[in-house]
Amino acid sequence: MKIVLDDRARVFPAQISEMIGQNIDGCYQCGKCTAGCPVAYTMEIPPHEIVRLVQLGREEEALASHTIWLCASCETCTSRCPKNIDIASVMDALRILAFRQGRTQAEKEITLFHKLFLQVVARFGRVNDLYLMGKYNLLTLNPLKDWRLGRKLFSKGKLRLTAPAVKGLKEFQDILQRVQASEAKRP
Amino acid sequence: MKYAYYPGCSLHSTAADYQQSIDSVFQRLAIELQEIESWTCCGASAAHVSDDLLPWALPAKDLLKVEKMGLEVVAPCAACYNRMRQANHKLRENAELRRKVNQVLQAEYHAQVKVRHISDVVVNEYGLEAIAKLLKNDLKGMKVVCYYGCLSARPQKIVAFDDAVYPSYLDRLIRTLGGDPIEWPFKTECCGGSFSVSKKDVVLKLTRDLLDMAKDVGAEAVVVDCPLCQFNLDFRQEEVEKKYGGHFALPVFYFTQLLGLCLGLPGEALGLKKLNVDPFALLERKNLQF
Repeated sequence: MKIVLDDRARVFPAQISEMIGQNIDGCYQCGKCTAGCPVAYTMEIPPHEIVRLVQLGREEEALASHTIWLCASCETCTSRCPKNIDIASVMDALRILAFRQGRTQAEKEITLFHKLFLQVVARFGRVNDLYLMGKYNLLTLNPLKDWRLGRKLFSKGKLRLTAPAVKGLKEFQDILQRVQASEAKRP
Repeated sequence: MKYAYYPGCSLHSTAADYQQSIDSVFQRLAIELQEIESWTCCGASAAHVSDDLLPWALPAKDLLKVEKMGLEVVAPCAACYNRMRQANHKLRENAELRRKVNQVLQAEYHAQVKVRHISDVVVNEYGLEAIAKLLKNDLKGMKVVCYYGCLSARPQKIVAFDDAVYPSYLDRLIRTLGGDPIEWPFKTECCGGSFSVSKKDVVLKLTRDLLDMAKDVGAEAVVVDCPLCQFNLDFRQEEVEKKYGGHFALPVFYFTQLLGLCLGLPGEALGLKKLNVDPFALLERKNLQF
């Protein structure tokens, strides 16, 4: 693979550096993040290589990867990095950009779950497990997924059919709307 | 002692037993928890992967209320605790972000509220010596592994209130209760957390590793202080057995449930029946009244 490091290739690492508040070029590719990552076993590109892709301006590959979605945000990488690079925040920055660009194909179920989670919160103010799971199962065309588990949770009183409405929901939703409006203004 | 209380969404649903045991134990310890009025979700694992303003604005909205209450706030869920600590840290460090957050809140949050994990309050603030004086039962040498997970340990400088790699606060509590906390290497390994629904295979694999290790070192039970860890280890345990073989039969207790038992509180007050893996055979074996 031939990589040309021209000015254009520097735009992406600069953007990520700005988002995480650190210079991503500080990473010298020791691989400690990957060594400690509990999900690296299932990633096609390990975490330190994602950082390298960012350094080289390879936005396409980084944002299209499964890796960014498979990160469980356990922060083991961040806590062990000898250069104090906040790798977990790099993953967040990449996911935020991928969401903004609608690039969620690599892990449709994980990204759908994140989206529905926030929709449910916006609607009820809090997570409503039954509603979230129901909608997730419907949209993934798997209506019976975890039905045994659901039945068990219900019988244990751990899944409520209705939740009392949160007082002040309107004020909360207004805040969410202002967050969205401020996003719309983003360059 | 009095604290503001942020239960978080799980404590009203999948962790209803955690909430029940907290209510009972805190009443016995005479620590008052004043629930934040109309609290809302902290954004959990979804907000910080989706947006660069939402994950800071959501916790700040409720922390602002705590600021007005003039108290420290206690969170029993490691995820809520983590998000609130991270938001405070970020908002203190970054004046521009604080300005943006305050703009959407239409209020002035100063990011000075102290956020405490519930275990920190019980073990370090109330203290093990004071607890020891109240005990009516003991765990009779019950062999347990204390599992701390990720979110109350990392990032170290922002959230940890004990050693971040090899914490011992739950082990010390269990020893005070007359249990036998076993040393094991997976105290702060990850269980897969929020992938329980959207990437179950990962959770089953990580949970299998944890349960395997717990069994290997001779544990009779697991003790946790995070609703996500509890859910994965307890409610996914049968599926792990089905997928990978083996039989664990490892009850997964919230630390408040074992503490409550030793304070002489009845099982119904601690939500023991809400656990998935039956804890009663073990409790009977240890001659523990419940």
